[in-house]
Amino acid sequence: MSQWEIVIGLETHAQLSTHSKIFSGASTAFGAEPNTQACAVDLGLPGVLPVPNQGAVERAIRFGLAVGAQIAPMSVFARKNYFYPDLPKGYQISQFELPVVQGGSMTIHTAAGEKTVRLTRAHLEEDAGKSLHEDFHGSSGIDLNRAGTPLLEIVTEPDMRSADEAVAYARALHGLVRWIEICDGNMQEGSFRCDVNVSVRPFGQREYGTRCEIKNLNSFRFIERAIDCEVKRQIALIEDGGAVRQETRLYDPDRDETRSMRSKEDAQDYRYFPDPDLPPLRIDEAWVREVAAGLPELPAARRVRYQRDLGLGAYDAGLLTASREAGDYFEALQRAAPGVDAKVCANWVNGELAAALNRAELDFTASRVTADRLAGLLRRLADGTVSGKIAKEIFELMWTEGGDADAIIDARGLRQISDSGALEAVLREIVERSPAQVAEYRGGKEKVFGFFVGQAMKATQGKANPAQLNELLRKLLAG
Amino acid sequence: MSLSEDDVRRVARLSRLAVSADELPRLQQDLSRILDLAAELKAIDTQGVAPMAHPGADAVALRPDVVTESNRRDAYQAVAPQVEDGLYLVPKVIE
Repeated sequence: MSQWEIVIGLETHAQLSTHSKIFSGASTAFGAEPNTQACAVDLGLPGVLPVPNQGAVERAIRFGLAVGAQIAPMSVFARKNYFYPDLPKGYQISQFELPVVQGGSMTIHTAAGEKTVRLTRAHLEEDAGKSLHEDFHGSSGIDLNRAGTPLLEIVTEPDMRSADEAVAYARALHGLVRWIEICDGNMQEGSFRCDVNVSVRPFGQREYGTRCEIKNLNSFRFIERAIDCEVKRQIALIEDGGAVRQETRLYDPDRDETRSMRSKEDAQDYRYFPDPDLPPLRIDEAWVREVAAGLPELPAARRVRYQRDLGLGAYDAGLLTASREAGDYFEALQRAAPGVDAKVCANWVNGELAAALNRAELDFTASRVTADRLAGLLRRLADGTVSGKIAKEIFELMWTEGGDADAIIDARGLRQISDSGALEAVLREIVERSPAQVAEYRGGKEKVFGFFVGQAMKATQGKANPAQLNELLRKLLAG
Repeated sequence: MSLSEDDVRRVARLSRLAVSADELPRLQQDLSRILDLAAELKAIDTQGVAPMAHPGADAVALRPDVVTESNRRDAYQAVAPQVEDGLYLVPKVIE
């Protein structure tokens, strides 16, 4: 395994979040009755003409700016010709020689560190319809609702060297397109799907090996597993004296294997040519400037800011910038709890809160504990009203039953006992009824100290101030 | 520039055209002549001339992102050879 270097490039189709299709005024809403959102243009009826959607172009510009790419002042729509019943015109309108977004890059983070993945291009195109092969007694059923839905196809250079890196890139890209609100990122509904190009070569070899393309992976786990089994397949093939054939393959998650869909010779002659129905797409600088002015702070910039200005570690900063909602929640929390250390805020957002959201399958905007409420709890933690352990219990109550921290603390008597007189009385009693343990401790068995702490926490229902408890206990046990 | 019979068969297959053996020589000749014409054009020096794919409008007009189409499925499907459950039916296709 170790003598082989893995080379991976990705092509991702992100469905753009427009209301209407890329070349027609039909709706793009998901889940409608078959063919109720397929108009004359989408059906490819004679005499119709495509008119590009300004919203789709604007989203392409947003993406290009977010990855530091060139926005082409002039780009060209081309016809990609192939025959399939869910493609009524017999060609897909795409972009070929002159795509709207050229170059750019993404930064990814893996266990191995930070890495830049170069982008080749991103181009606008229309989606095809859907074929249903079951239940039509020898026929296929065609639903053209999806035909003409705007896609941005985002293509990388072959810069990734492991399944880990490919998944990190896919996740970063998924986070970015949602961040800049050009795609809803819903992978179940097919709004974000990846084709992965995989090849292997001996370490040190300059030329790339022959690659295979694995099509239509719609989960991060499948991307990883598909790459792993495709790499194994290619290495085994070469080590057995065979050669990899350039082809398109499909990943079958049930059998955890890839299998050939079509070979390169078979079907790849798309006979691209500029679409005569569509003059060039022109984007002037003023439009680019306008779009740039409307972009939010981007994840990479936010990450740097969290690390540099707030002193957060790479791990916390990474989690807080995985989605815009996570960072927005964190910042709302900080605003509402100005006295609380940023690291404490980050710990709570990435710890208790993230775990609770995960369990409930909610995102940050739907959190049952709002940033204001969590801030209320963290203030009580910071001022010593409650201990860390009790704070976690209060958080659980806020999550399951609602309410704010102060009300819960009062209603349940959870205030930390910081009155040293009261605490000392409790401790004195414990010491008096445990002569054997006292003798052990005084005989040098330090470990017994834990026994007393446990007894004290039990007696106070966890409400003893831990620092104060330790200090008082040591004094008492010293005799 | 002359095309082989194999080239013609391949182009026909890509275009999903059924071409009989008797038609091949004639098509081979016609297509070769068309390519000859293209070769003449290709010989012209176009260094420094920007490619022009579209002789008409200089820039495509864009439309605002608004849904303007309503559901007219019944009208569209009235001319389809076969429909069922709102789907267009076609001879079975499997990759």
